Amino acid sequence: MSDEARRVIERVARESYGRLVAYLSARTHDVAAAEDSLSEAFMAAIRTWPRDGVPGSPEAWLLTAARNRLIDRARHERIHDREAPTIRLLVREAEAPSVASVFPDERLKLLFVCAHPAIDRAIHTPLMLQVVLGLDAATIANAFLLQPATMGQRLSRAKTKIRDAGIAFEIPDRHELPERVEAVLDAIYAAYGSGWDDLAGADARRRGLTEEAIWLARVLRHLLPDEPEARGLLALMLFCEARRGARRDANGGYVAVSSQDTSTWSAPMIQEAEQLLAAAARQQRPGRFQLEAALQSAHIDGARSGQTDWHAIALLYEGLVRTAPTVGALVGRAAAVAEALDPATGLARLDEIDTIAARSYQPFWAVRAHLLQRLGRTPEARAAFDRAIDLTEDVAVREFLLKARNS
Amino acid sequence: MQYVILIYESPEDFASQSPERREAVMSPWRAYYKALVDAGVYVTGAPLQPDATATTIRVKGGQRQVQDGPYADTKEQLGGFIILELPSLDAALEWAARCPTAATGALEIRPVSEEIRTLVEGGHG
Repeated sequence: MSDEARRVIERVARESYGRLVAYLSARTHDVAAAEDSLSEAFMAAIRTWPRDGVPGSPEAWLLTAARNRLIDRARHERIHDREAPTIRLLVREAEAPSVASVFPDERLKLLFVCAHPAIDRAIHTPLMLQVVLGLDAATIANAFLLQPATMGQRLSRAKTKIRDAGIAFEIPDRHELPERVEAVLDAIYAAYGSGWDDLAGADARRRGLTEEAIWLARVLRHLLPDEPEARGLLALMLFCEARRGARRDANGGYVAVSSQDTSTWSAPMIQEAEQLLAAAARQQRPGRFQLEAALQSAHIDGARSGQTDWHAIALLYEGLVRTAPTVGALVGRAAAVAEALDPATGLARLDEIDTIAARSYQPFWAVRAHLLQRLGRTPEARAAFDRAIDLTEDVAVREFLLKARNS
Repeated sequence: MQYVILIYESPEDFASQSPERREAVMSPWRAYYKALVDAGVYVTGAPLQPDATATTIRVKGGQRQVQDGPYADTKEQLGGFIILELPSLDAALEWAARCPTAATGALEIRPVSEEIRTLVEGGHG
């Protein structure tokens, strides 16, 4: 293949895949058929572009090729009455040349479909990664620690449900919108989480999807400019990503944020995250992701200046507990209170968290152990360290805790 | 597209259909029915008598096996169904959420299989 044709095909696959799938599936409600016809169109491009030259508008060429395949397919298969309007729509649009050159961006509708409440929550993130970014089932399975065949089945089951149950490709009504946006944000954040946990590299099979998650968050921010939480989510991911390398020392040991070498952080990413967070704040609708991003920002400021503002951090956790009272937020608040006031008050806050979830949450025991140690309650501290160590999968973090336990 | 909304009612709901409470229970149902008809989405529907009236039958090896009671013995009973003509699952969820039973029982939404209907009924005659 000519270098130019290959470059263009790779670029379009990277930048426009999701837009093309979204446009085609929003019209047919059949995501799998849209993906299939698009991959056939890409195959045709690989065959013909090197010979005939790259078309003036590669996206429009691919769209037309994929749409023609969908129309052919529907005409050949026995189609039901209910699909006939879809075909008429496709045919009509195929005849209108303007649609091909500037086709509308339907990716937001596709994201809402992927995170629809009628679709199993556990498959929201894999669906987005596949239909918006074009990741194959094996890559996604890898990140989610599943067999590729199992992931493939789950993805195809979800696509069948989208088609057969008639899930709408539309922007949800105003009264439903906040909840639906939250589901999309959660699914994108989960894609990031699948990579973040992996930083130890203890499990080489697991490949992080942090870049993909950041790409999705950028898409969402672009599509939902009025939603401060979309900015907050992207800011949060960029803050975390900026410090990715610094979380491990040269020997692979765990490094807490306060001891990280700030010179290894990515300054451009932090700057972009700060700008996003400031822009989100101007929209004056705080939320979970903005608060989490603000916490990251406060820790980064603290590590850079050598003076962490624990009162501000405790206040941010207070806000987080009010918006999303997760065990993580409650434990974070207790730890911040211990720093801002004193270890005994922090420990009292920790003791107030009385849920079963907290008992199997590693940070609960790690924070508890540190506070007991600072209070000189050594035997209790050791017992808490043991619990924390038992709950830690990450080898580097285990060693960090073992060292702290025996110090 | 047609959607069947299966209405599962709590035992308390069924019990509440005593003659003296009937009017209180029926008034929201009448309003709901009217809303469905006014919106032009109502196809058909039927309320069912309680579980205790149900009989289940299978034919195994040419033999009828008749059993007292509903097929699935659950705490919540299938109390009725409605069929609506709607453009999407989202629209069906919207209507189902407005059903009086939504707050006390549960509703299951299933699209009608047009494909099998055509095979069985042989087109639109």
